[in-house]
Amino acid sequence: MAKHTTSHPSQTTPPSQELLSVSHLKTYFPIKSGVLQRVTGYVKAVDDISFKLYPGQTMSLVGESGCGKTTAGRTILRLTPKSAGEVVFEGKDIYKLDAQELRALRPQMQLIFQDPYSSLSPRMPVGEIIAEAPRQHHIVPKEQFDTYIDKIMKDCGLQPYHRDRYPHEFSGGQRQRICIARALALNPKFIVCDEPVSALDVSIQAQIINLLMDLQAQYNLTYLFISHDLSVVEHISDLIGVMYLGDLVERGTKKEVFARPLHPYTQALFSAIPVPDPDYKMNRIILEGSIPSPANPPAGCKFHTRCRYCMEICKQQVPPSYEVEPGHVVNCHLYEGSPVVDDLTGSDDMEVQLAREKLAAAEDRAAGAAAARGQLSVDDIVSENLSEEARTDSQEAVLDRSSEWMKEREQQLERMQADRRQAEPAAAGAAPAGDESAEAPASPEK
Amino acid sequence: MARKSKKSANYLSARTIRRTAKENRRITRQFEQKLNRKHVAPSEYATVMKDPANVLEVEDLKTYFFTDAGTVKAVDGVSFEVPRGKTIGLVGESGCGKSVTSLSIMQLLQRPQGQIVSGAIRLTQDHGQAVDITKMPIHAMEKIRGKDVSMIFQEPMTSLNPVFKIGSQLDEVIGLHNPDMDKDAVKKRTIEMLELVSIANSGAVYDMYPHQLSGGMRQRVMIAIALACSPKVIIADEPTTALDVTIQAQILDILRRLKDQINSSIVLITHDLGVIAEMADEVVVMYAGRIVEKGTVEEIFKHPSHPYTLGLMASKPVVSRHVERLYSIPGNVPNPIEMPDYCYFRDRCDRAFEPCYGEYPPMISLSPTHKVACYCYQQPADKKE
Repeated sequence: MAKHTTSHPSQTTPPSQELLSVSHLKTYFPIKSGVLQRVTGYVKAVDDISFKLYPGQTMSLVGESGCGKTTAGRTILRLTPKSAGEVVFEGKDIYKLDAQELRALRPQMQLIFQDPYSSLSPRMPVGEIIAEAPRQHHIVPKEQFDTYIDKIMKDCGLQPYHRDRYPHEFSGGQRQRICIARALALNPKFIVCDEPVSALDVSIQAQIINLLMDLQAQYNLTYLFISHDLSVVEHISDLIGVMYLGDLVERGTKKEVFARPLHPYTQALFSAIPVPDPDYKMNRIILEGSIPSPANPPAGCKFHTRCRYCMEICKQQVPPSYEVEPGHVVNCHLYEGSPVVDDLTGSDDMEVQLAREKLAAAEDRAAGAAAARGQLSVDDIVSENLSEEARTDSQEAVLDRSSEWMKEREQQLERMQADRRQAEPAAAGAAPAGDESAEAPASPEK
Repeated sequence: MARKSKKSANYLSARTIRRTAKENRRITRQFEQKLNRKHVAPSEYATVMKDPANVLEVEDLKTYFFTDAGTVKAVDGVSFEVPRGKTIGLVGESGCGKSVTSLSIMQLLQRPQGQIVSGAIRLTQDHGQAVDITKMPIHAMEKIRGKDVSMIFQEPMTSLNPVFKIGSQLDEVIGLHNPDMDKDAVKKRTIEMLELVSIANSGAVYDMYPHQLSGGMRQRVMIAIALACSPKVIIADEPTTALDVTIQAQILDILRRLKDQINSSIVLITHDLGVIAEMADEVVVMYAGRIVEKGTVEEIFKHPSHPYTLGLMASKPVVSRHVERLYSIPGNVPNPIEMPDYCYFRDRCDRAFEPCYGEYPPMISLSPTHKVACYCYQQPADKKE
């Protein structure tokens, strides 16, 4: 990757310097009508979003379909032209680069698409799909090229002999691995993941999420994760941005946003998450109606038509961004009185600290956990879940009960197994072997 | 090398395929002839419910697909009951036979390849009568489908006809099953149904085409069509998968409310455990065409027993329960054409021990309602020697 990037001074970024900064980004699509195709209005797909991302972080954009998440991701990569605002990647405004400079920057920022069934060319073998872009960008010297592609494929859980196969020979999960390998092969710093797991089954989803998190630790990647599945988002992200009708209505660290959602829309969105626990009775806030048309959004606060706390001021004035807690910014009139942040001031310290913490944690993990990870079984995971501290009170009680039960059940199983061993001393050797040889498969072999 | 060996394993000669196809035609022709008969006496498919409290009983249902590559046992011996006024949740990954089970109940399988080979599906009728759907010819099924048992399909975007207005699609259902109603009465009933599913300006929606509605609105229309004749059983096949969480909450709310209003039962098919926990009274977990575990919702979520159920629950991230790493079930679902003769989950199971290498495990009762197909729970006393 050295060849092209040497001309730019900021090649390595310390964690204190942001990788990406988006300010007041807007993307409008013109609506043309009539014989003359006059522009009669605009669909405001992305309407004034601002945030910063530091190396190694994952920021998630969540929201209903049609709220502009995908358009935001594409505009940040300059795949869709912006209407206003700026996107600064490693100190360079990507909309001011000429074609050659942009081409040099392209390998640094990649995209993983939603649907692994339609985003791979059916006529190309997998090896070529992955190798095409690195060859064009001269990522590695020619003589090392084959080993490099093999390594990337191995990191993504693909075997070298998969190179000659075609996409139709793979299952959905494997295809998504190919898509990830294709993005990773360019040695990027920043990857936009546009709903990478929503087309996959639950158990495959877990494999892909684990893979994405492993790669992040290994390559120090920065993700912009676009999803509507809030439980996945909660698992993978450090920062969360909630979008509604093109607006970034709330942003903050994962902990703050999930522990204390401030915007009425975020509250409704979070209360709608189904919890797999029959005892968990929550006060569900059911939003009336559906999302208004982005071509003709309501005046004032865009959410006022569906908001429970709608006041007179909401119908007239667009709410400014209030910083309620450090780093937790919300666009809502309810929080009037909190300091107004115009751009991205004030929120730096918190995010920098978070980035450092994460980097340290990643190092710790890399140091010791690789061996232990290989031997996880269902029971370990379940008990691990149970021993975790951070959770709400009502769930605490439920989890306690089930952890008691798990212990009981484990004892029962042990007793049964002991009985069995007594009954058949000859076959006893085979019995425990099956229990312990379980492996977590998604971890790429090292 | 590896490629070649793979090819030889999956390779079928043209002659083999021709032979299989001929054999399949012979088998399916028999089924088809039986289904296409006219003037069948109702006594032939009349039956009685085992338990009068149930509205639907599925017993040892086997639905096979006779393909040129071999016979796919999509549903292989599935039994469950739907009590009146309850919601049954069917959970499992894609390809495990959830949808084929529901299509068998509706007799909407892809014929002639897909056929109900054996088993019984008993649906209750008025005056203590019942019918066996598996024995019903097509023309008799048409009278029941939509009236006594109806289905909400997965994709509201594609399951409404784009060239007919919403009103006429709803009128069709109501008019067909109530031949004595006149046009105005049918329209009045249609608008009532649209209001019932919380569509605000139902008069205007009556004259709209499907493309003018949003996804949530279309799913409401689908629900209105399914509920138009107050069916005894509603099969909801992933009713909210294509929708956003906030819309999902609205749709589930409507379903729950209407179920009580018209006193029917719901068979809810989904892969989202959260939706199941919220809606269902009883849960059936399916894997590779068979039931691996069933029980009440408390039993399944508090004491999940089958390793597959445990794996499924551990692999789904849950809000406010933090894990360093998600569990993922190793391996893949076995090839549906050549299913092994041992437990289908053995090769992916981390609890497999020597009995698992024998035949497919029987259903073992952990409690009167909780059953699991796994040797881990077999008491040493009743183990076969």
